[in-house]
Amino acid sequence: MSSLSDFDVDTDLDLDSSDESSEAALSRKLFKEKTSFPAIKVSDLCLTYRTTFEKAPTLRSTITRFGRGERVVNTVEALKNVSFEIPHGTVLGVVGHNGAGKSTLLRAISGIMPPTSGQISVHGKVSTLLSLGVGFNTELSGTENILLAGLAIGMSRAEVAEKQKDIVEFAELGKFIDMPTRTYSSGMSQRLAFSVAVHMNPDILLIDEALSAGDARFKVKAQAKMKELMESARTMVLVSHALSSIKDLCNDAIWLDHGKLMMHADPKTVTDAYTDYMKVGKDASVVKEDL
Amino acid sequence: MSSTADLSEFEMVDDVSVHKPFRAGLPNLKNYFTDMWQRREFAVELSRATLRSQSAATFFGRVWLVLNPLFLAMVYYTLAYIVSSGRNKGPDYLCHLLAGIFVYHFFSQSMNGGAKSVVSVGKLVTSQSFPRMILPLSSVLVAFRRFLPSMLVYFIFHVATHQPLGWRQLMAIPALAMIFVFCLGVASLVSMLQVYFRDLRQFLPYITRILLYITPVLYYADAVKGKLSIFLYVNPLFAMFGAWGDAIVRGEIAPLHYWVIGAIWAVGTFLLGGLLFMSREREFAVRL
Repeated sequence: MSSLSDFDVDTDLDLDSSDESSEAALSRKLFKEKTSFPAIKVSDLCLTYRTTFEKAPTLRSTITRFGRGERVVNTVEALKNVSFEIPHGTVLGVVGHNGAGKSTLLRAISGIMPPTSGQISVHGKVSTLLSLGVGFNTELSGTENILLAGLAIGMSRAEVAEKQKDIVEFAELGKFIDMPTRTYSSGMSQRLAFSVAVHMNPDILLIDEALSAGDARFKVKAQAKMKELMESARTMVLVSHALSSIKDLCNDAIWLDHGKLMMHADPKTVTDAYTDYMKVGKDASVVKEDL
Repeated sequence: MSSTADLSEFEMVDDVSVHKPFRAGLPNLKNYFTDMWQRREFAVELSRATLRSQSAATFFGRVWLVLNPLFLAMVYYTLAYIVSSGRNKGPDYLCHLLAGIFVYHFFSQSMNGGAKSVVSVGKLVTSQSFPRMILPLSSVLVAFRRFLPSMLVYFIFHVATHQPLGWRQLMAIPALAMIFVFCLGVASLVSMLQVYFRDLRQFLPYITRILLYITPVLYYADAVKGKLSIFLYVNPLFAMFGAWGDAIVRGEIAPLHYWVIGAIWAVGTFLLGGLLFMSREREFAVRL
């Protein structure tokens, strides 16, 4: 890709500047202008998986069931022929009812679940915030979990060490950072998870309903951090039932319904169409609660 | 941020990752193993962290790691001594038993830890993308790190009871390598099965017990004769343990067919476990 190699030459300018955010923002903006490759390109994506109704399937129950000739395997067609693409710097809001395929879409983009058919091209480093908590060994301290999270997404030990201080400061965990994460409240683990995800220097950040448990003050802080990331031209995909925050944060939106792409337009059009569609038996104020 | 960090960031931007459907139910193996190699630090750190959380990293933690198989060896030594009325149960037998029990403990720990490895990190699997085989791999690494200090204890017994020492002892290393590869295959297999059958771990103790009795740990490999010599072929561990015991205790090199059979079982199990694991790992995110 010739546009990219041109870009590499341009990065020579003033890299020793210590002002990290503005410099990174500048180079990202340069990058955004120079590259024609979309940040995320989803082509004709279908994703089907099989799951079971049982919470914890066992050999015993399987054998018992086999004797009775029952089957509990359920095939879920989570996404059907979804296609869209978004350029770098887009903040894409994803709306849809529960089970519409929003989380599956994020998992497909991050590579956790490869497509059944179709293709997804992702341009850049992806960081995910898909479930509450950092999600490693809860016997380990916050510090150790941060290191593992960083190494899991392919960072080096030195890179994680460099980010460590910012992550801890932003998460405001104080002395809890050296305690096992099982001692954390849900808000605390969420703050840590959010802080880890946004500090991994992602080009593309995927967020799934992640801000629902933090307290009001942290929500404000998190929103501010997300706006900061947007300004440095990073791409974000945000799944939320809080339509106000979709309208507030996003500059593009899609609406999924039963795995199908219903609409891809600006956030206001999409959320209006979605609320109109969902209005049947639903009060708009319930939908419009905070994120 | 330093300039180098910034540049490396752009290299990452450079690269476009494409997620495509699996061919024949398997991911692209070259990319898979490249990914795994890039995350080797993660595998090492995960095993280190697991050890730490089991408080095995402290001095007394390590002592316990050695005491546990040592007590086990004492139990079996007593049993063997009584059953054989004290015949041929001298220091050389004790060393054979210790070497066998220690490495057998490594195998059973790999299998047990492997079974837990995927289900115990549920959130990690549902929210991060990485080659899942790192999980059983790191549990085998945990078992191996727990095994190493017991080898020190073994050599103290070995030297104290004047067992032979020589260059042929080095053949214990390839024998151990076969066992390690076999453990990787078993750990991958059981970690995958555990996702589908959560009670699998309850059955593992029976398997470990039976395998122990048909493996030359409580007796010498060359003592097995007649009908029972079929175990050399059908028990995966037989040839590997025979080669291991011959090398480390007696300082001898096991017959060639032991090495061939052992290697076939090790590589075969690794391939089977690894491929079955990879063909299923796509579903882990929705099954946990």
